[in-house]
Amino acid sequence: MSRTLAQKVWDAHVVRRADGEPDLLYIDLHLLHEVTSPQAFDGLRLAGRKVRRTDLTIATEDHNTPTDNLLTIADPVSRTQIETLRGNCAEFGVKLHPLGDPQQGVVHVMGPQQGLTQPGMTIVCGDSHTSTHGAFGALAFGIGTSEVEHVLATQTLPQALPKQMAVTVTGELPPGVSAKDLILALITQEGTGGGRGYVVEYRGPAIEKLSMEGRMTVSNMSIEWGAKAGLIAPDETTFAWLKGRNFAPKGSDWDDAVAYWRTLPTDADAVFDKEVFLDASALTPFVTWGTNPGQGASLDAVIPDPESFASESERAAARRAVEYMDLTPGTPLRDLAVDVVFVGSCTNGRLEDLRTAADVLRGRKVADGVRMLVVPGSAAVRAQAEEEGLHEVFTAAGAEWRFAGCSMCLGMNPDTLKPGQRSASTSNRNFEGRQGKGGRTHLVSPAVAAATAVTGHLSAPADLDAVGAR
Amino acid sequence: MEKFTVHTGTAVPLRRSNVDTDQIIPAVYLKRVTRTGFEDGLFSAWREDPSFVLNNPVYAGASVLVAGPEFGTGSSREHAVWALNDYGFRVVISPRYGDIFRGNSLKQGLLTVELPQAAVETLWDLVEADPTTAIEVDLVAREVRAAGQSWAFALDDFLRWRLMEGLDDIGLTLRHEEAITAFEGHRPAFGVLVG
Repeated sequence: MSRTLAQKVWDAHVVRRADGEPDLLYIDLHLLHEVTSPQAFDGLRLAGRKVRRTDLTIATEDHNTPTDNLLTIADPVSRTQIETLRGNCAEFGVKLHPLGDPQQGVVHVMGPQQGLTQPGMTIVCGDSHTSTHGAFGALAFGIGTSEVEHVLATQTLPQALPKQMAVTVTGELPPGVSAKDLILALITQEGTGGGRGYVVEYRGPAIEKLSMEGRMTVSNMSIEWGAKAGLIAPDETTFAWLKGRNFAPKGSDWDDAVAYWRTLPTDADAVFDKEVFLDASALTPFVTWGTNPGQGASLDAVIPDPESFASESERAAARRAVEYMDLTPGTPLRDLAVDVVFVGSCTNGRLEDLRTAADVLRGRKVADGVRMLVVPGSAAVRAQAEEEGLHEVFTAAGAEWRFAGCSMCLGMNPDTLKPGQRSASTSNRNFEGRQGKGGRTHLVSPAVAAATAVTGHLSAPADLDAVGAR
Repeated sequence: MEKFTVHTGTAVPLRRSNVDTDQIIPAVYLKRVTRTGFEDGLFSAWREDPSFVLNNPVYAGASVLVAGPEFGTGSSREHAVWALNDYGFRVVISPRYGDIFRGNSLKQGLLTVELPQAAVETLWDLVEADPTTAIEVDLVAREVRAAGQSWAFALDDFLRWRLMEGLDDIGLTLRHEEAITAFEGHRPAFGVLVG
């Protein structure tokens, strides 16, 4: 029978199937961080259980950690949580990349960069952006702490097979339009609940042309439109990216692995439960104006009138968003002045993202009164960026070059917006208070973030004067 | 997990859609390493507004939260479920939930009922007109009843059984440990091993 990529990965991991019960799925890789694991380890201790497969489990420190130094966690509650992770990993025998380790970083950057994320795997983490790993053709999804405990104890999860959706992105992205613009436009088109109940496969020529970094950006935001997971078929781009990385198979194992990975893409006559289409060639730089990732628009647009939406529920949400974001309908998005620009996160904290931002900033300055933070997704990304001299571009422009971590994505560590501050952020969520209580977030691509830092208001690189032109 | 069969209580009408888990409990409360005591974090930013519905004394003691669509979207934080439980909620009613939140809730005995938008609006109107309206949530019959009206809801048989028995997933899975071990014997040689 013809099957989709997701179905093939699923079928290869069914430990047990019984009528009227969810399938019991085997988990190939379990990623841990400090925030969603302490209660799970406590549960193991209370029940006298062990971690079943420490060799399939790996931890890092990212959400809570400072990005201005590697030594001191000033907040005692944060410090306790980090120390708890360290204690739990030592007690249960789990490998950990702590603050200061060369592989430390945001969990969804740390995994792929080491070659831990591979096609055909099942990957879970107590973090909703686990969907990132779907870019490699892995079935990867976020779980809650009870499920973290379940995977620690059994290396499996009971799961009901979700429905299958294909998102076909036709055409070619215009110059200056990136994977981030693509996924933001898709989420606005489909709504925050549009993917709910589905495993999504992104396909079509515009997806095939994306780099692995771009694919990770797309898969990363699957959860923002409610999808369980977001996969992309493995291809030559995937194999080339993986080859030679620490945990990639070596020698004849590599050949066996690639031969298997080539069997994974969706069969030509496989049937999806739902199909969605997007024309990449019609896309422009895209930003959010509201307080959920589905409230977005082309950078060329104006703040919409809340009364223009189809349903009362959308109208009410838009009214509230416009009020919270302190916006006036009809204002061009380009007129919105920002206080802070954040480049980083599991969505856009990879080397390619930093290169894009640096290309825009080279020879330019961050506008007066604007604070720009550049936060590499991992210590390894930071080291690579420094080898290329990107840090010098950022600091010369007046941006802050920081250590790796989740930073200003989530308002949990010292990097936060102050009440009323407005940001252009390459992260994934513009929820009320997400970047700090009372903060106002506009989600943007790395290119738009950098251009916005230069002008002080939402901008694309095409809006900038040529360097040295004045 | 506490067994769930039928729960009767009063309700809070939360007339908002897209109530993401960052609103249910902001990230600053996630630094704790305990599993209880999260009631102070529940909707903490919104609760600073005196007009927020949870601050209205007529809804004190309510145990059913009736919310708009896309409730619990966003972050996977199970703390959102713990905060609702710790505050005293046993049931949430909404037209649609974020997947991870829904899964978390059903593992923690917080019954998340899906009813159509029209039913949610009727419940909002009923509760706002009379905050003492008793909402009866019957998991056995898979039905919500209030003020002489009733609405059927769907919930998978297996999940329903697990909630009614108050069963712990890990215990259920470990009954199949032999199957897990057998599966592990056939994993491909090129698979990733961390250690």
